Amino acid sequence: MAEPATLVTGGPPAGPEPVPPPAGRAPRRLPIRRIVERREAAIFVVAVGLFLYFALSTTAFVGYNNFVTLTQFLAPIAVIGAGEAVLLTAGEVDLSAGTAFIFFPFVFYYLTTNEGLPVAAAIIIALVTAALFGMLNGMLTTLLELPSFVTTLGSLFALDGIMEITSNGTQFNLVIPGAGGSILGLYSWSEVLWALGLVVVVYLILHRSRFGIHVVASGGNLVGAAEAGVKTTRVKIWAFVLCSTISALIGIVDASRLSLLDPGNDGTTEMFYAIAAAVIGGTALTGGRGTIVGAAIGSVVLGILYDGMYIKGVNAYWFQFILGAAILAAMVLNVQLRRAAVRHWRSLRR
Amino acid sequence: MSAHEVPAEGATQPGDGSGPSGNGTEPILRVEGISKRFGAVVALRGVDLQLNAGEVLGLVGDNGAGKSTLVKIICGFHQPDSGRIFLEGRQVHFRSVEDARHHGIDTVYQDLALVPQLPIYYNLFLGRELTFGGPLRLLSQHRMRRLSERYLDDIQVSIPDINAEVETLSGGQRQAVAVARATRSQVKVLLLDEPLAAMGAKESSLIIDLIKGLAARGQAMIVIDHNYTHMFELCDRLNIIEQGVVSLDTKVADTSIEELTSYMVSQYRKQVTTGREELSEAGR
Ligand SMILES: Nc1ncnc2c1ncn2[C@@H]1O[C@H](COP(=O)(O)OP(=O)(O)OP(=O)(O)O)[C@@H](O)[C@H]1O
Ligand SMILES: [Mg+2]
Repeated sequence: MAEPATLVTGGPPAGPEPVPPPAGRAPRRLPIRRIVERREAAIFVVAVGLFLYFALSTTAFVGYNNFVTLTQFLAPIAVIGAGEAVLLTAGEVDLSAGTAFIFFPFVFYYLTTNEGLPVAAAIIIALVTAALFGMLNGMLTTLLELPSFVTTLGSLFALDGIMEITSNGTQFNLVIPGAGGSILGLYSWSEVLWALGLVVVVYLILHRSRFGIHVVASGGNLVGAAEAGVKTTRVKIWAFVLCSTISALIGIVDASRLSLLDPGNDGTTEMFYAIAAAVIGGTALTGGRGTIVGAAIGSVVLGILYDGMYIKGVNAYWFQFILGAAILAAMVLNVQLRRAAVRHWRSLRR
Repeated sequence: MSAHEVPAEGATQPGDGSGPSGNGTEPILRVEGISKRFGAVVALRGVDLQLNAGEVLGLVGDNGAGKSTLVKIICGFHQPDSGRIFLEGRQVHFRSVEDARHHGIDTVYQDLALVPQLPIYYNLFLGRELTFGGPLRLLSQHRMRRLSERYLDDIQVSIPDINAEVETLSGGQRQAVAVARATRSQVKVLLLDEPLAAMGAKESSLIIDLIKGLAARGQAMIVIDHNYTHMFELCDRLNIIEQGVVSLDTKVADTSIEELTSYMVSQYRKQVTTGREELSEAGR
């Protein structure tokens, strides 16, 4: 209970007040400053640096065949990474996205090969199932007020379990004849084209749509967003739906390219790479800040590192270690550069 | 003291026409018997109050008295456990903040409800973004920027850069953005929960002028503040909220800061004494 006397604080507080800057428009920002101020600036520099390093130090890195390999490796990471960037921005995470990437191609396989459904119908049903799976993740998280780290960890194991049971642990060959096969994944560039298309769509959703602003608001200030009239629960649920659906779609494309379904892979590697791509690209783990362009460049960095070290013939034991160290370095560099930039601009603004 | 104690049932007074457009007898907003509890905490226990057209009503009371909870019920953020709300004489049930806003109620929340990571112009349009592209609801960024800039100029809020993230603003500037958001569009009832907290003298006077300007145009509003000087400057009428009920309803013209202060002090003493008695009873 407050002292009653403090209820009367007569008059304005003493002491000099900082004089507010005069009304009027701030000068236009310099283009160079606009570029440097972008969250993606640091990771872009890292990507270019790595590219130049491998291009100059090896002969096999630059070339048609290697670029096909490189893009095929990074395509799933870019798409799942975009989905994770949206969720991280909303203040959530989806640990089951990699498993959705592996599992929903099985659904597609069962529908086409076992049930004899046309390719298009099978894709649609598989994607709707994936969307429902995302909705379940979102509802468990928001309505039961559980951390998504927990709910999606649970759904990861559950989905992996269903995959093991239904496939009996055996691999399947996925063969899609005709044009469907080419469109889905057999043409060398089709997977990266799918990825590019999906990343652009997710970019528009997060950065150009009302829904995207509501995602940022929900992750940045959950209570405040709700007070301002944002339907935060609904927004989060749809973010989960988006993440599992695009993960499932790029999974079907990836499986078609490989013509192979392997229940031995639980998708956690893809999930961790995707989250790493989002985070080294400048998306905050704490919510409210995310960039799809950054996540895409992050996936390119991971791809270049992975592929470049493979070409250089880095010893398999060292491979993981160097990759891990490089991811860590990229994250630290990005965070530090960003902090320095913010400090600099703030000092200019004051 | 010419102010009268509010009887337990029905705080309704005849419309006194204190505002410029207060010609009817029907208040623009009336709440009846609003109660709300959060688990074991009873925040409101049967609040009655009314806001006449064109009137500025001040709510004062201790921390935790229930002022913010009442505001959040009127604006549709919380649902009351019981009680009724009438807007222009018609009973309303607000299912959401958006719903209340469509009925013409807008709010400056005590916590400001800003998103620090978003630029100023997005915050000014949060929850009411301008969009194009039909169901895609793509953002009309340029329009929102232009309108934000123009509006902040109109009300003479000087902000260094409309694109700056709210995170980089001072407390007072943030408050100004929150007030600007709620006052940008025409509303029937404006709820201002401590719009002057965290403000320096200069910034306070800016917001006070803004509120006075709105009042002069006949905007009905409920203002919460702990500063009696500000409240006496801004309000036509004051309601004191104590432990979840309105305990005093008085026109500003009929009282003084000294009178209200001594009233609050006596209420406080009463509480302390009853508290002691309860304690000593429990001790026996
Ligand atoms: N969301 C909530 N959950 C639980 N308790 C709450 C919640 N909101 C408010 N309360 C409780 O209800 C009571 C009234 O709170 P309220 O915020 O309305 O007070 P107030 O009069 O606005 O105080 P202040 O002057 O400090 O802003 C307090 O005891 C508070 O702890
Ligand atoms: Mg309050």
